[in-house]
Amino acid sequence: MATLALERIVKTFDQTTILHGIDLQVDDGQFVVFVGPSGCGKSTLLRVIAGLESPTTGEVRIDGQSVNAVSAAHRGCAMVFQSYALYPHMSVYDNMAFGLENAGEPQTQIDSKVQAAAKLLRLDALLQRKPTQLSGGQRQRVAIGRAIVREPKLFLFDEPLSNLDAELRVSMRAEIRDLHARLQATMVYVTHDQVEAMTMADKIVVLRAGKVEQVGAPLELYNHPVNTFVAGFIGSPRMNFLPAELVARADHPDGAPVPPPGAHTIGLRPEHAVIADNGPIRMRVAQVEQLGSTSLLHGSVGTDTPFEMVCSGQTTLRGGDHVGIGMPTEHLHWFDAQGLRLGASRAPAP
Amino acid sequence: MPLLSRVAGLFFNLFEPLFRLAQRRLGLGRLGWLFVAPNLIVFGLFTFLPIGINLVYATTGGVNLMPFERPYTGAENFGILFECRDYFDIQTCRKDVFWRAIFNTAQFSLIQVVLMVLLSLVTALVLNRKIIGRGFWRGVFFYPVLLSPVVVALIWKWLLQSQGVFNAALVAMGASPIEWLTTASWAFFWTVFVSIWAHMGFYTLILLAGLQAIPKDMYEAAEMDGASPWRTLRRITLPLLMPNLIVVLVLAMIRAVQIFDEVFVLTGGGPGSATTFIVQFIYQTGFAEQIHLYGLAAAASLVLALGLVVLTLLQLRLTGASGAGRRAR
Amino acid sequence: MSNFLTRTHGRGRLDWTDWLSYGYLMLGLFTMFAPIVWLVMSSFKSEAAISQFPPTFLPYTQKSVQVAGHDKPLPLFMTRDDNGEVKPMAQVRRIGIMATMVDPQNPEQQVRVNIKDRTPINELQFALSNYTEIFGKFSFGLYLWNSVFITVVATLLTLLINSMAAFALSKYQFRGQKTVFLLIIATLMIPPTIILVPVFLVINSVGLLNSLWGVILPAIATPTGVFLLRQYMLTIPDELLEAARMDHASEWRIYWKIMLPLAAPALAVLAIFSVMWRWNDFLLPLIVLSRSEFFTLQLALNAFQGELNTQWHYLLAMTVITLIPITLVFAFLQKYITTGIASAGVK
Repeated sequence: MATLALERIVKTFDQTTILHGIDLQVDDGQFVVFVGPSGCGKSTLLRVIAGLESPTTGEVRIDGQSVNAVSAAHRGCAMVFQSYALYPHMSVYDNMAFGLENAGEPQTQIDSKVQAAAKLLRLDALLQRKPTQLSGGQRQRVAIGRAIVREPKLFLFDEPLSNLDAELRVSMRAEIRDLHARLQATMVYVTHDQVEAMTMADKIVVLRAGKVEQVGAPLELYNHPVNTFVAGFIGSPRMNFLPAELVARADHPDGAPVPPPGAHTIGLRPEHAVIADNGPIRMRVAQVEQLGSTSLLHGSVGTDTPFEMVCSGQTTLRGGDHVGIGMPTEHLHWFDAQGLRLGASRAPAP
Repeated sequence: MPLLSRVAGLFFNLFEPLFRLAQRRLGLGRLGWLFVAPNLIVFGLFTFLPIGINLVYATTGGVNLMPFERPYTGAENFGILFECRDYFDIQTCRKDVFWRAIFNTAQFSLIQVVLMVLLSLVTALVLNRKIIGRGFWRGVFFYPVLLSPVVVALIWKWLLQSQGVFNAALVAMGASPIEWLTTASWAFFWTVFVSIWAHMGFYTLILLAGLQAIPKDMYEAAEMDGASPWRTLRRITLPLLMPNLIVVLVLAMIRAVQIFDEVFVLTGGGPGSATTFIVQFIYQTGFAEQIHLYGLAAAASLVLALGLVVLTLLQLRLTGASGAGRRAR
Repeated sequence: MSNFLTRTHGRGRLDWTDWLSYGYLMLGLFTMFAPIVWLVMSSFKSEAAISQFPPTFLPYTQKSVQVAGHDKPLPLFMTRDDNGEVKPMAQVRRIGIMATMVDPQNPEQQVRVNIKDRTPINELQFALSNYTEIFGKFSFGLYLWNSVFITVVATLLTLLINSMAAFALSKYQFRGQKTVFLLIIATLMIPPTIILVPVFLVINSVGLLNSLWGVILPAIATPTGVFLLRQYMLTIPDELLEAARMDHASEWRIYWKIMLPLAAPALAVLAIFSVMWRWNDFLLPLIVLSRSEFFTLQLALNAFQGELNTQWHYLLAMTVITLIPITLVFAFLQKYITTGIASAGVK
C-alpha cells in the first residue's frame, strides 16, 4: 500500500508528444481511475507508472521516493494486462507463483500465498489447469491473482474488462471493487468506459490528448464538470449542449433561465430535462426508445440542435410530436465560448 | 511478354478440348484424378517405384543394372556390409569404409546440428531485439543458404588453399601454414564449419518467426513479475519457443545425415575416408567405383533409410509430446 | 550476457547490450560476406596474380614494359642499383638469386641485381579475360545454357503440374482424395538419397540418361510445392468457381483462367524455390549426366576443380557467374522467400 505522485510527466515518442505534463497525487488505499477517449494517453501513463516506459521528463514517486531510475521489476507494482498476458505453458498455480519464485521466496511461503489468493478469487479448483482451458472470466481472475500474490505497493489495471462480455463485466466490476475493499490497496485503473469509472472509482482522472481535464470524485465530476469535454464524457446518455441564445429567444420568457454574462453554451443532462408545456424550449421528437422502466426521447430543439431526454416510465409520445421542455435551474451548466465552466479556474484541482 | 502469353494461350487451347471431353466422360466427381494424374505419375515413377526396386537391388547380386538380370542373393549384401571379425574394431570389417562412413555421419550430425541450432538460436534472439534494419541483418545470415553447395564448397576451398588467405594470415602472425583440407581433423572441422555457415540462416529464420509470435506483453508481464532477463529466457521464451526448436532440430538432423554435395566438392571425402559420409559411400559404391555394385549401394541406402525412419518417428514423438503438453497459445 | 538476449524494448538509450548485439551482427556480416567478397575479388586476378603468396585483396598485376630488343614485355621492378639509387628497371631474366635488369630507357646496359634489392611494381588490373575466356576455352556457355534450360523448363512444369494437383486437392471432393494427399506428404519423408540406384535405373529405362530431360522430369513433382499451393488455394472462395461453372466454363478453363491468376502469389513463391532447387541441383545430375556436353554449371564446376592443376582464375570466374542469378533473386525477391519459408516452417 503506497502513495503515488506524478510530477510534470511528459512522454514523447519520436516526434509525437503523448503526455503533455501530467501532475497527479494518489493517496494510500485510493482507487483511482484514468478515463478518456482512445489515444488520450491513459495507457501510456499507466505504463510510465509501472516502469515499462520511461518518462521523457518528469518524476514518478512511490511512497515519496522517486522511482524513475528503478526498473519495472523492482518498483513494487503489479499489473493486470488487457490481454491478461498469462503464460500459456504454465498452470494457473505456476502463473501465480512465478513472481514469487523470481523473488526467491521459499516454496512453503509461495504455496500458502498462492493458495490464499486462489481461494479469494475462487480459483482453488483450477490451479492445475492451463490458461487455454479456462474461460475469459477465469483467466481474468488468474491475472488478478497473479498481481495479488505479489502483495504489491500499487495495483495497476490496464482496461482489464474490455475483453469480457457485458454481463461478465458487471459482475467483475463488483468483484474488483470488493477486492479493493478487502485489500485496502492503492489501485490505478485505466478504462475508456465512463460507467466503469463512475461505479468503481474513489477518484476519477479525465484525460484528453495527453492532458488532465479534471480530477475529482465521481459525483463531483457528474455534478460540477469543469468543461464541456468532461461534461459530455461523464454521464450516459450524453449531456445536451444548447447554444445560450436558444434560451434568450425562448417562447415563454417567464421562467426561462437567464444566461449569466459570458455564457455561450448551456448543458442539461437528458435525465434532468422535464416535460413542461410552458417550458422555455420546444423539442421536436424524432424517435422514442421504450425500455420499459424508462423512455429515451431523441429529437432536436431550436433550429437543429440535437436533444435527448430520459423520462421515467412509459410514454405515449411518438415521432413527430412536439413537446415543451422545462430546464430546472439547479441542473443547468453554463459554459463560456472556450467550453470552460463559468466561474471555474483554468487549472483543475489535482 | 506478348509472346509468352501467346504460347500460354496455345497451351491452354491445346488441353481444353481434352479436358472438356474428360469432364463429360468422367464427371466432376472423378475429374480430380485427371488433375492429380501428372503429379502422381511422376511420384509413382520416380519415388514409389524406386522404393520397391531398391529392395530388389538390395537382395540381388551381380553387376547388371537390369533387375531381372541380377541373381537373387537374399541378405548377402547386408551380410557383406555387416561382416566384421571384431565388432569393436572398424579395421577388421570387410566394408570398413561403410562403417567409417556411418561413424563419420553420426559424429558429424551430432556436432553440426547442436552447434548450428545453438548459433541459430543466439542469432534469432539477437535479431528479435529492437534493432535497426532487421530485414537487412536477417538477409545477411540467410544469403549463404541460397548458394548452391558446389559454390559454397568452392568459396571455402579457395580460402583454405595451401596458398590461400587463411594460411597467409597464419604466416603473417608468425605461424606455419596448415594443410587445412588434407589434415584429417581439420578437414572434418571444416565440413562442420562450412555446412553451418551455409545453412544456419535458414533455421535462424524459422526460430525468429517463432520468437516474434510470442506476444510482447508476455515479456512485460514477466518484467512486472520481477523476472531477471535470464529467468525470462529460461522460463518464458525458451518454453514458448520449444515447438519451433524441435522442428528445427529434427529438420537439421535429417539434413545432416544426408550431407553430400558440399563435402564431396570440398574434400572429396578425404583425406582417405576421414570425411566420407554415408551418402557419398552409396554414391561411390553404386556409381563411382570401377565396378558399380548396385546391390551393395541399395543395401546401404536401406540402412540409411532405416536411420531416417527412426529419426522421423522420434520427431513425431517429440512434437506429439510437446503439443499435448502445451496447446495452442 | 543473457541481458542482451532477452530485452525486447529499448529505453531510448543504447546500453552495453545493444553494443554487444550490433557487434555480433557485424561479426555475422563479416563472416557471411567476407568469403564471397574474397571470391569475387580473386576472380578478377590474372593467372600470375592468383598464385601469389601472400595474396592481396585487390587484383594487382605486375607492370610490364616493352623494351627495345626484346620481343615480349618485361616485368618492371623498383630496383636499387649499385649507386644506391632506386629506380624502375625491367628484368630480362632471373637465375637463382641474381636477376639481370635493364633500364628501359637504356636497354643496352645490363645490370646484375640481387633479388633482395628489387620489389615488383604493381598496378591494379581486373583480369576480365577470366570471364570472357571461359566461354571460348571451356564451352562455359554450353554449361550455362544447360543450367538455364533445366531451371526454366523444370520450373514451368513444376508450376503446372503442382498447381493442377493442388487445385484438385483443394477444390474437389473425390474418392481416395485423402489417400492421395497423404501419399504426397509421405513423399516428403523419402529423400532422393535413399533411392539413388533405382532412380538411375528408371531414368535409364526410359532412355533419359545423359539427357537434360532426365534431370528435369524426376524433379517436377514436389510435395512442398503441392502443399504450399494447396494451402493457398484453400483460401480462394469456392463461390468463384461455382459462378464460373454456372457460366458453363469447363474445369480446365476454371483452373487456367481463375485459379492460376488468383494463386499468383503462391506460384511466385514456388517458382522462386524451384529456381533455387534446380539451379543448385547436384547429386541427381551427377548420376544422370556423365557426358560433359550435358553438364550443368554445378557439374562443370565440380569437374573442373577436380583436376590436378586447377586453373583457379577460371574456376573462380565460373563460380561467380554461377552465383549471380541466385543473388539477383535474393536481392529483389527476398520478401517472397522469407514469407514462403516462414509459412512452410509453421507446418
